[in-house]
Amino acid sequence: MARSTSKDAQALFNSLRSAYSATPTSFKIIDLYVGFAVFTALIQVVYMAIVGSFPFNSFLSGVLSCVGTAVLAVCLRIQVNKENKEFKDLPPERAFADFVLCNLVLHLVIMNFLG
Amino acid sequence: MADPENAKEATTLRYAFGNVLSFFILLLIGVLAFWIRLFSVIKYESVIHEFDPYFNYRVTQFLTKNGIYDFWNWFDDRTWYPLGRVIGGTVYPGLTLTAGTIWWILNSLNIPLSVETVCVFTAPIFSAFASWATYLLTKEVKGAGAGLTAAALLAMVPSYISRSVAGSYDNEAVAIFALIFTFYLYIKTLNTGSLFYATLNALAYFYMVCSWGGYTFIINLIPMHVLLCIVTGRYSSRLYIAYAPLVVLGTLLAALVPVVGFNAVMTSEHFASFLVFIIIHVVAFVYYIKGILSPKMFKVAVTLVVSVGLVVCCAVMAILIALVASSPTKGWSGRSLSLLDPTYASKYIPIIASVSEHQPPTWPSYFMDINVLAFLVPAGIIACFLPLSDASSFVVLYIVTSVYFSGVMVRLMLVLAPAACVMSGIALSESFSVFTRSIKFQLHGLSGSSQVDSGDASSSTVVAQNDAGKAEKTEDTAKERPSKKSKKKEKGIVDKPSLKAKIERRLLVLPFEASIFAILLLVLLGAFYVVHCVWAAAEAYSAPSIVLTSYSHDGGLHVFDDFREAYAWLSHNTEVDDKVASWWDYGYQTTAMANRTVIVDNNTWNNTHIATVGTAMSSPEKAAWEIFNSLDVKYVLVVFGGLVGYPSDDINKFLWMVRIGGGVFPHIKEPDYLRDGQYRIDSQATPTMLNCLMYKLSYYRFVETDGRGFDRVRQTEIGKKNFKLTHFEEVFTTHHWMVRIYKLKPPRNRIRGKTKKPRSQKTSSTTRTKRSAATKRNPWH
Repeated sequence: MARSTSKDAQALFNSLRSAYSATPTSFKIIDLYVGFAVFTALIQVVYMAIVGSFPFNSFLSGVLSCVGTAVLAVCLRIQVNKENKEFKDLPPERAFADFVLCNLVLHLVIMNFLG
Repeated sequence: MADPENAKEATTLRYAFGNVLSFFILLLIGVLAFWIRLFSVIKYESVIHEFDPYFNYRVTQFLTKNGIYDFWNWFDDRTWYPLGRVIGGTVYPGLTLTAGTIWWILNSLNIPLSVETVCVFTAPIFSAFASWATYLLTKEVKGAGAGLTAAALLAMVPSYISRSVAGSYDNEAVAIFALIFTFYLYIKTLNTGSLFYATLNALAYFYMVCSWGGYTFIINLIPMHVLLCIVTGRYSSRLYIAYAPLVVLGTLLAALVPVVGFNAVMTSEHFASFLVFIIIHVVAFVYYIKGILSPKMFKVAVTLVVSVGLVVCCAVMAILIALVASSPTKGWSGRSLSLLDPTYASKYIPIIASVSEHQPPTWPSYFMDINVLAFLVPAGIIACFLPLSDASSFVVLYIVTSVYFSGVMVRLMLVLAPAACVMSGIALSESFSVFTRSIKFQLHGLSGSSQVDSGDASSSTVVAQNDAGKAEKTEDTAKERPSKKSKKKEKGIVDKPSLKAKIERRLLVLPFEASIFAILLLVLLGAFYVVHCVWAAAEAYSAPSIVLTSYSHDGGLHVFDDFREAYAWLSHNTEVDDKVASWWDYGYQTTAMANRTVIVDNNTWNNTHIATVGTAMSSPEKAAWEIFNSLDVKYVLVVFGGLVGYPSDDINKFLWMVRIGGGVFPHIKEPDYLRDGQYRIDSQATPTMLNCLMYKLSYYRFVETDGRGFDRVRQTEIGKKNFKLTHFEEVFTTHHWMVRIYKLKPPRNRIRGKTKKPRSQKTSSTTRTKRSAATKRNPWH
């Protein structure tokens, strides 16, 4: 039982890796960016757990800015992906412009809330 | 060859004509929404109504005089004496900032409108905006015809008029516009999948959070809808784009508003959005993995993840539940909890239970407030199901939840009104389209397909452009009623692809006469609705409640302006620093109009302070004097309606004074004031009741008016008729005895008889001098 699960797990892992390596490089870059943002958010949470949450607004704005850019990057990836039938007539420049605008608003709010 | 070109030209011309007509109709709807709310200005005067608007007016005055930085940092020491109130951190700034901005823009354009005028007319202007927002929302759900109908219905619906007449300068005036606009942008994002609209959605949500405490409705309804879409298998990447940025940006923006602050992440009202945020990420990830793996490997992945993930999930849920359960209210605020459990407030928080707007509505109030829409709504719900789209499922969820909440609190019928208008607009528009289609089909007989086909061809090309909400062409129905009162025109939509349409049309066609008759009946229904709305706006909802009128038996109009008379007396005949004690209803008006410091006001944020005033009103004279003196009170104000029959006076509110006071000070026991379970003031009343301060201040010298002391509200003669006041003296009674102002008598210089510490004369005199020194008044009194 355990061995079949571990074999299954390995087969799963291999198929995942092969499927993922087929994605275009630009998407891999976006994925790396998302991963980095989530990682930064996790570091901030660990820091807060160690040091305490005194300027809570700073903590909140820091974590939410990381999570926010991650979410927006995922949205960009969704919109730019040619395999998505719903977005096939959306020019990628428009998607990127929306991404930049939303990030601008997000970071304006963050700057205000950071204290 | 010439035919398709001509047909194309004809269609473009029809589009152009339709768009221009829609624009003018929308303009007329806006004008209608503005004008129908002006009855109170015409019948009375341009004055601010009720109680809460006076507070908002005072805050706006402060903002326009002192600027925005002083407004954010304002600590008000003229209310809740001696506690004060942090205005910057406890008020929802949207309304005041909006009115302040409008005033500033107009003044910089050299249009010198006063702040009061801007405040009075803010609500009608924003209801015009709200009806345009309803047009946009319904257009996204069903099409332009439904949009126009819904906008016309919202412009007139009595429930919305009741909270947004000219003069009702309250949060809901702008908040309903923000609510509908936020929902419109959410649906637009859902339909188009554009991140630009998602940003706008977050900003509109920010405006809603600034304006009203009811923003928690949005932040719970949208996650509920997302969950519904996921559960019913309608997950799509547009849903992710519509929801995920809104949660992050929305939470941040909500935390920016000082009233909400960290409650945006810590109270249970927001937890639903975070939970669904996690769920949608899980679902999105699952769909992504499913997309890149083969089905066999996907099954393996599922079994693996489920076995491992379930354990982790349970652990996290256990921690979360423990955290939430440790707080006594499970993290919810009192008002929200009373929405979920309607009996909560009456058991634990008598102040919330005592507000008349928080009572459940009666059945007649539904018909009064949304009238004809009440039975058009189910038809609209059915119309939303054919076909069911993301947008129409959202509107169905909106109407269901708002019907539930309106059943809990009468005040929330206001949230029901836009949903009811949207649904009714959809229902009316769909039925009109069925009837007009039947008429057109019957009229043109066999060769009718040519004209309709060209229309279908153009509509099918438009549909192919992936814009769900834009495929329409407006058609002029044969029947239009250009009467003065019913200024709305109904539009029908025809947009079905050509092949299916012919088959469906044969099934959906009704006989010619039946269709004409049905259209006539629908128009008659609309006429009844309009007549009712205009009547409700003119007669029922335009009373400013600070000025009362009644018709005497010879047809003349009698005006009762006692409240303003009393406040003007206070502002002219007392010192600036004098404190006035009254029941909390009149606090806002006293600070705004009389400009005096009050002890408690309508904000009701401190239950103990209100209980102190309630206890003082329920105690005998001496005890009441002690309590008021400890609060530095100089004047006491009571409202008495017994001479003229004004039913909302303080004696009728007395039961709440006893209950709230008794809730904090146990020596006030409600049974002491009851005879046979009722509060009575006649000869059968209990001695505690006849000796309490409220009774004495209300009925002092009342016998002199008619010799018998007949109270017109309670319809009996009063119990104790001739008595003197020992610790208070009457300083002013208004013309109709509606407001009575008393002054606290200063303590006597020499005391005869026993004092509290009868040890020696010297000790008692030192206590006396200490107390008189503490009152800080002129020692020659």
